[in-house]
Amino acid sequence: MGYRVNQPEPGRRRFLRLGARVALLGVAAFGLARGFVRRATAAVRPASAPADYDWTKHRWGFGVDATRCIGCLRCVEACKIENGVARDAHHFRTWVERYVHLKGERRARIDSHYDPQNIAASGSEREYRFDNRYRDAPVEQAFFVPKLCNQCEHPPCVQVCPVGATYRTPDGVVLIDHNYCIGCQYCVQACPYGVRMFNHEHGVTDKCTWCYHRITRGMQPACVEVCPVNARIFGDLNDADSPISKFIRQNRVQVLKPEMGTGPSVYYAGIDKEVL
Amino acid sequence: MDALFHAAPYIGYVYPNETVVPWGILIVVYPYLTGLVAGAFVVSAFYHVFGLEQFRPVARFALLTALALMVFVPLPLLLHLGRPERAFNAMLTPHWTSAFAAFSYAASFYVFILMLEIWFAFRADVVRYAQAALGPRRAFYYALALGSLDVSENALRHDRAWAHGLAIVGVAAAMLLHGYVGFVFGSLKSREWWGSDLMPVIFLLSAAVSGIALLIVLYVIACGVRRETPDDGALQGLTRALWGFLIAVVVMEVLEFVTLLYKSREGIETVMELLAGPIRTTLLLQAIGSAIPLAVLTALVASGTRGRRLVLWLSACSVLIVLAVFAMRWNVVIGGQELSKTMKGLVTYQLPFWGREGLLAVSLILAAPLALLAVLVRLFPPWETRAGSV
Repeated sequence: MGYRVNQPEPGRRRFLRLGARVALLGVAAFGLARGFVRRATAAVRPASAPADYDWTKHRWGFGVDATRCIGCLRCVEACKIENGVARDAHHFRTWVERYVHLKGERRARIDSHYDPQNIAASGSEREYRFDNRYRDAPVEQAFFVPKLCNQCEHPPCVQVCPVGATYRTPDGVVLIDHNYCIGCQYCVQACPYGVRMFNHEHGVTDKCTWCYHRITRGMQPACVEVCPVNARIFGDLNDADSPISKFIRQNRVQVLKPEMGTGPSVYYAGIDKEVL
Repeated sequence: MDALFHAAPYIGYVYPNETVVPWGILIVVYPYLTGLVAGAFVVSAFYHVFGLEQFRPVARFALLTALALMVFVPLPLLLHLGRPERAFNAMLTPHWTSAFAAFSYAASFYVFILMLEIWFAFRADVVRYAQAALGPRRAFYYALALGSLDVSENALRHDRAWAHGLAIVGVAAAMLLHGYVGFVFGSLKSREWWGSDLMPVIFLLSAAVSGIALLIVLYVIACGVRRETPDDGALQGLTRALWGFLIAVVVMEVLEFVTLLYKSREGIETVMELLAGPIRTTLLLQAIGSAIPLAVLTALVASGTRGRRLVLWLSACSVLIVLAVFAMRWNVVIGGQELSKTMKGLVTYQLPFWGREGLLAVSLILAAPLALLAVLVRLFPPWETRAGSV
């Protein structure tokens, strides 16, 4: 057979040089392709907003007045219906927590919708209700705290997304491109507030958008719309007369876990140290 | 009333969405495999980079081991994705602030370096097989030689130089790859159990420990299969390396834990409940699997044990360490998620048997590299130490 066993050195060097050229070409082609993809994705606007909506003209803000909330959970129901969230006790874009200080106890007792007693009270995981377990208990203080996405100024969930499928809009809402999300759930891990969850049906992450499809059409988020006691306040921070601007002016508000450095945009009034 | 969704059991108060644990056992396996790769590569580097002759008998075997493991590293990640068909989005439009964005590049680069190094380390053998074999095997080896059939002394010197250079780059790449895996967890401020500056260091050191330990076990088994006595010098070198890295990782882990305890930030009671509750067994395994080998290895190093006795004790230690490091990965990945972000509650991850996130799938993923290694070792026997092979 005519195989060259003692081929002179330059043969291999030539091969290596060829390899280097091929590699360079590959890198160049890749760079070009990436440029195209970048340009293609740069023009994307969230499909949920109307075409004439200008997201540079607003700065949305959300307030929660815990002193008003009565724990009726219409907000949770409305959100699940409006946004097609799984109707079970483990997936929520918004939820409500109950804090109860009992006489003689140092820490508050906290519960929410996945609690078996609450599920039993409503009769189904599809319905949401707080049971009456404290009816005969020595309650010193009790209050409800609605929770939802804080639409952080420095969102850790956006920071960790490996493909850039989740992003913060100029009007201050963190959205997910469900057609681009790979479903790694790194963002679920990164959110200090536990507001992100997995959509098992579509294999992507889901979260509260403050009903971006509604607010960009001049409507209120569904949870705000249905709240019978105005415990949820929404509006444009650019407008000094908006409900949210007034709420922040007229109350001493706080945000959740400020030490995280996330800069939350949901302002709370009437919560205490036990709230996490 | 039937549960609509099978959620994790909990105690205390956890956020409602937390009752679904996002990362299951697949994400335990992922850093475990990467760690084994890095560790195995370190052993090959002892010879190829640092020129420690006593590691020569295992150097090429370590390279094949690293490759066999590395090939399967992306698998648990892909299986875990909700939309695996979009995995390449991470390469097409990497979002650079994400610790995950660089993974596909770092891993691909590392695989490339590894395969190139293996090619140079085995080229002379491949040429020899090509000339000796018949039929399809002959074609196979000729194809692998990539037309480079020169085995003159000059060409072999060239091979060695390339293998040396690639090993240097490879060591850096392997360390980076695994240090970065630690960063994936350590960089998250949302989880008390993860957000530690020591996390990348601990991952890196435990990677070396687990990889060296696995290599020892595999080397002893391979010698048993070939009915040969394991090389005494190599085993003694591996003993010292394992011992050194084990001390470093135990010190780091103890430091991290003591710091957490000493700082006693809000929710420390819940951390203690986590240790006594959901991760108790795996924590015990991690502790025992580190403490006993540490004591035995110290004795082995001090007494200069050799021969059959060294093989037995070292293998036993290595098996324990391989298990302990898996337990450590579990305690970090699963434990971190079992500790609620509220710091006022715990969930308990339940490992399913069936399904792509189940025990069966994971067992197959862990067995696959071993099967591949068995094939690789048959195709490219790494054992020859005659002059000429790298």
